[in-house]
Amino acid sequence: MQTEEMRLDGNAAGGILRDVFTHEMTAALATCAGCGALGPVGALLEYGHRMGIVLRCPQCDTPVLRIVILPGHFRLDCSGLLRLTIPTKP
Amino acid sequence: MAAGTPGVNSDIKAIPEAEASPRLEWRVARVVAVRDETTRARTLVLDVPHWPGHRAGQHVDVRLVAEDGYQAQRSYSIASPPEDATVALTVERLDDGEVSPYLVGELRPGDGLEVRGPIGGYFVWQVAAGGPLLLVGGGSGIVPLMAMLRHHGRADASARATVPVRVLYSARTLEDMIYHVELEQLAAPPLLDVVLTFTRNAPPGWTGYRRRIDRAMLEAVSWSPSAGPHAYVCGPTPFVESVATLLVELGHAPSLVWTERFGPTG
Amino acid sequence: MAHEPFIARGFHRRSPATPEAVRLPPGQYETKDFPVLAAGPTPRTPLAMWDFTIRDSDGHSARWSWDTFQALPRDTPTVDIHCVTKWSKFGTRWEGVSVDTLLAAAASQGVASGLFVLAFCDGGYTTNLALSDVTGGKAWVVFGYDGAALPPEHGGPARLLVPHLYFWKSAKWVRGLQLLDSDRPGFWEELGYHGRGDPWREQRYQGDP
Repeated sequence: MQTEEMRLDGNAAGGILRDVFTHEMTAALATCAGCGALGPVGALLEYGHRMGIVLRCPQCDTPVLRIVILPGHFRLDCSGLLRLTIPTKP
Repeated sequence: MAAGTPGVNSDIKAIPEAEASPRLEWRVARVVAVRDETTRARTLVLDVPHWPGHRAGQHVDVRLVAEDGYQAQRSYSIASPPEDATVALTVERLDDGEVSPYLVGELRPGDGLEVRGPIGGYFVWQVAAGGPLLLVGGGSGIVPLMAMLRHHGRADASARATVPVRVLYSARTLEDMIYHVELEQLAAPPLLDVVLTFTRNAPPGWTGYRRRIDRAMLEAVSWSPSAGPHAYVCGPTPFVESVATLLVELGHAPSLVWTERFGPTG
Repeated sequence: MAHEPFIARGFHRRSPATPEAVRLPPGQYETKDFPVLAAGPTPRTPLAMWDFTIRDSDGHSARWSWDTFQALPRDTPTVDIHCVTKWSKFGTRWEGVSVDTLLAAAASQGVASGLFVLAFCDGGYTTNLALSDVTGGKAWVVFGYDGAALPPEHGGPARLLVPHLYFWKSAKWVRGLQLLDSDRPGFWEELGYHGRGDPWREQRYQGDP
């Protein structure tokens, strides 16, 4: 089984993203710091890695958002994220 | 904080419409009814306390805690339309699964089930968003699409008439096709078309498609890109990626193709 | 607000094989599967383009092509592996080259040693290790699994194998080791996972003793 068959997308991270950001995030628009591509967080590619959430740009594979649940913390790496626009009304 | 405090820009106002989404909390839902859809798929009808309502396409997280504290969590698409008071999930049993065999085989009316939701803001559709609407499902990927279709069916006739719908549903055999009776009953061409394709065994006498969805099938079933259809594609990851790529190759704008991947087997 | 977990009637974990208590680190359960965990798409470097490099901070490096790598003396370690996501798999069989062999060859080519290594991989994954954790027969670069070529989803053509640490340190699709004088956190370490990752001391997260 190839890892590409197992990949999901930002929809699968919807629950944890709500926990971290307190807003519904899958419709948020993210600009990739690697290639500049703009698209919804729901369309980022999620690699099903139980160590943490890794959301990658569908154009260039740069990890746009990485989230790990640590004891007492969320740690978020946004080094692959240039800009995020989050709708505040559904 | 006193006015004139150095470093504070007192002109920044709080954003008036900003409201945090209702906090996602685990709630213990009660199983009201179960309904077998196929030999492997079952619908669970849940009464969820303080359910805030949902939109078609959203999902819930389900959490199971064993007596020894062991926990497992999975996501399941909501099958029921927002108009229903109860929340229905359709779960397909994976043979080597840990959660799905419990939900499909063990859970019974009266049991509690921890859920949180609704989750999702991207893979959602409502009648007000307009159409035409193309729903392409593979295997259990039909579940969130069915919520959209049922929501469409609950709209008033004039609203429904403005949104023609085409469903293209791929499954291995008729026995694997979830909701196929309801889909046949809902079909009312030309406003609501249902096209099925079987990838392993078609029923006797079947004159329709008997293959995986390919470019020719999509071109024949879908509206032309110039009609600006909204396309929702859901199912196993390879299925979703193949169909989405083909739709874009056919000229559909990527921003009008929404995708939800269910993993290797969906 | 304290929240009593709701116990799901009749739910239990898939029954594992009876654990052999001595072999199972704390908090782990045995699996007979070999779960595939990936943080990104599977790289597919053709063997003709593959190489393995050991380099120091001064720019000296030693490099092997696939053919010269295959010509090195090889081991066939059989080891238990432990993933931080709590599964352990006993008796996994591998084939590859000991990191000791590679470091000795690199030293003879003028590559300076270091206290730490950073493994780097196709796809951008990195992980950091103390030199003492990859020497003395504790680590390999392996290209065979269970009697066959290492498949891409498990890290082929070659991956690092450091079985005495959590398996995220056994970097898939490894292309080399950077020798360093100071520790530098890799992909998961910079996200809060433990710098060393000893499963017998349950060193899962930064701050675990």
